[in-house]
Amino acid sequence: MNDALRQNFGEKLLDIQEAYGEITIEVRPEDLLDIAARLRDEEVFKFVFLSDLTGIDCENGQFDVVYHLLSMQHQKRLRVKIRINESSAAPSVVSIWPTADWPEREAYDLLGISFDGHPNLKRLLTPDGFVGYPLRKDYPLKGEHPCR
Amino acid sequence: MPVNVQVQTKRDNGEHLVLNMGPQHPSTHGVLRVILELDGEIIVKATPVIGHLHRGLEKLAEHMTYNQIIPLVDRMDYCSPLINNLGYVLAVEKLLGISVPERAQMLRVLLCELTRIQSHLIWLGTHALDIGAMSPLLYMFREREDILDMFEEVWGARMHMAYFRVGGLAADVPQSFLRRAAAFLASFPEKVDIYEGLLTKNPIWKQRTQGVGIINAQDAVALGLSGPSLRASGVNWDLRKNMPYSGYDRFEFTVPVGTRGDVYDRYLVRIEEMRQATRICNQVLTAMPGGPIKAQDPKIVPPEKEQVLTTIEGLIHHFKLMVEGFAVPAGEVYVAVESPRGELGYYIRSNGSARPYRLKVRTPSFVNLESLCKMAQGQMIADIVAIIGSIDIVLGEVDR
Repeated sequence: MNDALRQNFGEKLLDIQEAYGEITIEVRPEDLLDIAARLRDEEVFKFVFLSDLTGIDCENGQFDVVYHLLSMQHQKRLRVKIRINESSAAPSVVSIWPTADWPEREAYDLLGISFDGHPNLKRLLTPDGFVGYPLRKDYPLKGEHPCR
Repeated sequence: MPVNVQVQTKRDNGEHLVLNMGPQHPSTHGVLRVILELDGEIIVKATPVIGHLHRGLEKLAEHMTYNQIIPLVDRMDYCSPLINNLGYVLAVEKLLGISVPERAQMLRVLLCELTRIQSHLIWLGTHALDIGAMSPLLYMFREREDILDMFEEVWGARMHMAYFRVGGLAADVPQSFLRRAAAFLASFPEKVDIYEGLLTKNPIWKQRTQGVGIINAQDAVALGLSGPSLRASGVNWDLRKNMPYSGYDRFEFTVPVGTRGDVYDRYLVRIEEMRQATRICNQVLTAMPGGPIKAQDPKIVPPEKEQVLTTIEGLIHHFKLMVEGFAVPAGEVYVAVESPRGELGYYIRSNGSARPYRLKVRTPSFVNLESLCKMAQGQMIADIVAIIGSIDIVLGEVDR
C-alpha cells in the first residue's frame, strides 16, 4: 500500500507514516479532493467507504481534519490528514463520500471548521443560538454560558 | 438541535404538508425528531433533527484519565454497553502495546456476544411493538432479563457494567455464571424459533415490512451504512470476519446477508445474527481456558487487593494509578469493532499524557441515521415508524 501511494501521488504527499500497523498520509488541503477521488476509484485503492471524518484542535489556530477510509475490497484502512488554520476552510468531501454530510457539520458545530462546498453547513448537535465551539481547547469544560 | 428548521413547503406539483414527528414520540426510540414533508400520504423528504441528548462526551473524555472513560463509553450505546467498552479498551491497548491474557479475551468475546443477543432482543421487541405486534416484546424481554441477570451475577450491574479494563477484565467471572450461560445458550435457539413463529411468516408482518424502506448496496456504502442494515442490502461485510479482533478469527460462524435491502431483510439478518452469536458463545464456553484475567503490568493494571494491603510496591502502584492514571505514549490509533448496529470506531490521539488529547467515537447509529431520508423517500407515512425501527438507532449514541 505504501508503494502504491507513493507511486500514485508522489510529491503531493507531504508525509507518509506507518505506526501501529496503520498508514497515515498528509496532503495539502488544495490537493485533497483530487486525491480523495482517486483513492475511492482506482483499482489499487478502492476506498469506497468513509468510516469517519473529524477535526482536532492543534492549538495556535491550527486544526487537523482527519479522514478514516476503508477499502472493503482490499480489507485495508487509510488515514488521510490535512492541516488548516482558523481562517481557511477545508474542502468538503460530500461530493465524493455522501456520508461526510453529518460528520462535516459536526466538525463545524463543535470545532468551528468550515467546509467549502458543503450543501448545508449548519450546526448539528448544539441548540439554536449556541455561541462558541465546545471542542476547541480554549473552551472551558463547564461551558461559557449558563444552561438555559 | 436546531429548533427552527426551514423547509420548502411548495413544489412545482402543488402544496406539501410539513409534519413534525417527535422528539417525544414513542417510536423514535429516544429523542429523535423527524421533519416530514408529505405529498398526501407519501413522504417526499424526511429530515432528522438530532442533538437532544448531546452530553459533550468527547469533551468530557479529554478531561479524564483513560480508566475513568470506561464508564463514560458505556453510556453511549446503552443497549450494548460492553461492546462500547471493548472497542475503547482495544484502542488504548493498541496505543500501549500490551496484550491481554487468553482467558480475558475469551470472556470478552462471550460477554460481547451475549450483549449482542440482548441488544437484538430489545431491538426486535420494540420494532415489533412499533409496527403493532404487541406480544413479541413480552417474550423478548423475558430472555433479555435472563441475560441481564447473568450480567448482574458477573459484576453487580445489569446494564452499564464498565467491566472491561485496559489490560483485561475488572475481575474473574464466578463459575456459576459459566454454568448459567451454558444453560441459557442451550435453550435459546428454541426461543428464536418462537420469535420467528410469531413474525417471519406472519402475513401482517410481511405486508408491513417487505418492500419497505429499500436501500441498494451502492447507496448504502456511499452513505456509510454499516452493520446488519448494510448486510441486509447484500454487502457481505462484518468486521468480526473481515478484520478480526479480540480472537474472533478462531470461531466458526457465518455472516447472514440479505438481498433486497428492505425492512424485512434487516429483520431476517438480525434474527440470524442471534443464532450465530449463540454459536460463537457455545464455542467460547467449550474452549474456555483457565489462567489470569489481567495483563501483568503494574504500571497499567492495578495490583490485586491483597498486594495493595501487604506490599509497599502494591500500595504505591495502586495509589499512583488511582490518582494519576497511566501515561499513554504519543501517537494515534483508530480501532473499530462490530457493534450490533455497525462499525463502532474509536480514534484516539495521545500526546503522551494520562488523558487523551482527542477521543473521537465513530458511532454507527449516527452515521446510519443519515440513510433515513433515502430509505423513507416515496414511502407511506405509516412506514416511517417501521423504517426508523429497522435501522436500530440508539439516540445516546447518535448524540453522544
